[in-house]
Amino acid sequence: MNALLGDLTIFLLAIFVGFEVISKVPVILHTPLMSGTNAIHGIIVVGAILVTGQADTPLVKWIGFIGVVLGAINVVGGFLVTDRMLQMFAKKPEAPRG
Amino acid sequence: MTPELGFAADAAHFAYIVAAVLFILGIKQLSSPKTARSGNRLAAIGMSIALIVTLLDRHILSYTEIAIGLAIGGTVGAFAARRVAMTAMPQLVALLNGSGGGAAAVVSALEYNHLIRSTGAVPPTEGVSILMGALIGGISFTGSIVAWGKLQGVFTEKAVTYPFQKPINFLLAAALLVLGGMLLANAAGLPAFLVFFGVALLLGVLAVIPIGGGDMPVVVSLLNSFTGLATAAAGFALHNVVLIIAGTLVGASGTLLTVLMCKAMNRPITNVLFGAFGATTTAAGGGGAGATDLSGKSVRDVSAEDVATMLAYAQSVIVIPGYGLAVAQAQHGVRELADLLKAKGVEVKYAIHPVAGRMPGHMNVLLAEANVPYEELFDLDQINDAFGRCDVALVIGANDVVNPAARHDKQSPIYGMPILDADKSKHVVIMKRSMKPGFAGIENELFYDPKAMMLFGDAKASVGKLIAAVKAL
Repeated sequence: MNALLGDLTIFLLAIFVGFEVISKVPVILHTPLMSGTNAIHGIIVVGAILVTGQADTPLVKWIGFIGVVLGAINVVGGFLVTDRMLQMFAKKPEAPRG
Repeated sequence: MTPELGFAADAAHFAYIVAAVLFILGIKQLSSPKTARSGNRLAAIGMSIALIVTLLDRHILSYTEIAIGLAIGGTVGAFAARRVAMTAMPQLVALLNGSGGGAAAVVSALEYNHLIRSTGAVPPTEGVSILMGALIGGISFTGSIVAWGKLQGVFTEKAVTYPFQKPINFLLAAALLVLGGMLLANAAGLPAFLVFFGVALLLGVLAVIPIGGGDMPVVVSLLNSFTGLATAAAGFALHNVVLIIAGTLVGASGTLLTVLMCKAMNRPITNVLFGAFGATTTAAGGGGAGATDLSGKSVRDVSAEDVATMLAYAQSVIVIPGYGLAVAQAQHGVRELADLLKAKGVEVKYAIHPVAGRMPGHMNVLLAEANVPYEELFDLDQINDAFGRCDVALVIGANDVVNPAARHDKQSPIYGMPILDADKSKHVVIMKRSMKPGFAGIENELFYDPKAMMLFGDAKASVGKLIAAVKAL
């Protein structure tokens, strides 16, 4: 039960942090923000690696393999596409007013 | 547990915390234009740390599938990210999001299988987490694919309604509850879990199909937070701290972003998600049939040369870009045209509606790609007063965001949405491919305004003609 309470504590605090960190985003950054956070939930690839690693039958391995592929697409695609978008903003000398 | 293993586990846990902190700092920095790029990099570094630590996990029996999977997924992701056109960004984000949701569902399913096989029963805590992960991840997976299809034009953009919509959804929800209860009580096995998962996949399709293409940005944003929550649920099942933190961060920030987007459209989220449910008559039958009767009125056609003259001798021009500009890739041409006009002493500004294009900030990204200076881009609140002093409002491929019906026509589906007051400027030039209604599927009375002129054609081709005509003056 202790483990669950610990996890719940983290979960609840993370909700507040999640709301707090993005509360003041200018509209122009909404698309990069969506795609940047999209890349972050690609962390699920860590879970996919762990369940695939403990697989004991070929079927489970192959299903896990699909999970790893999907997760890796999410991570790599997400970060690269966000960087590509932000690269175009970065060229500007002046930041926009909020 | 040997002390050595305990140390390794502690070290891994600590590395996960470092990764989580980098994610938080990354999102924080993504919120400001100056630091956004480094924020994305910070998050990527956090991801790399988490990945390396995970690969060192001692419980991993075989690396073959993992290595091949990472290589294939990484290559596909990198290829897609490099090759995608800036205009197709929303579709790509939808697909990437679907991938994450699918992965979360897979993780939940395999953890269920693992627990059943190793202990014979699934404890309630893990059980709830696994079912939530499978349900939300499954909905996000198929929902994202439908959203992609609608944005890409593979499926119809329209809000599709089907008979017995409410009873069907009610039955599916009831089935989920019953199956979930049985699974939690360990009264049903893997087959029941697979049915549960199948229903979740079906629900994702059925939930997104009735939503019109114009609302897809909101849907993608909401599904983004869903995938985050599914990831967090998987984290609960695996007792993995970085999955919980990262997933929850995305779940919370994605929800906030979704709410912000709905606010920009002045619609409650329930209206976006369930607008086409039940009361289909107003949305579907309401196309053009609002309080304003447009029958018998006609639009005025104009040539590129006339528009060019009007622009070149104006004092102030406001460009209103929309999705049509994105599809036609006309952003570079627009900047060239603006440069020509500025050389002639015309003041050029861009008015960016919060929901112009298919994602918030979509227009800003495109115009930034074409090196349009930031100082010339204005939000709705900043620019709406300026239309009264503006000579020409140049609407390029935008439609619903300038429809005055939003201000006065209570019958209109977009009533109440803040719009750009293009109709208050002296002249309005609308560049459009055809008289086809916009994404909301309704007629635009602005086109029938006496001071409005239509320049038909592909936005890029039309802008090209305007550039040539301005140069020839």
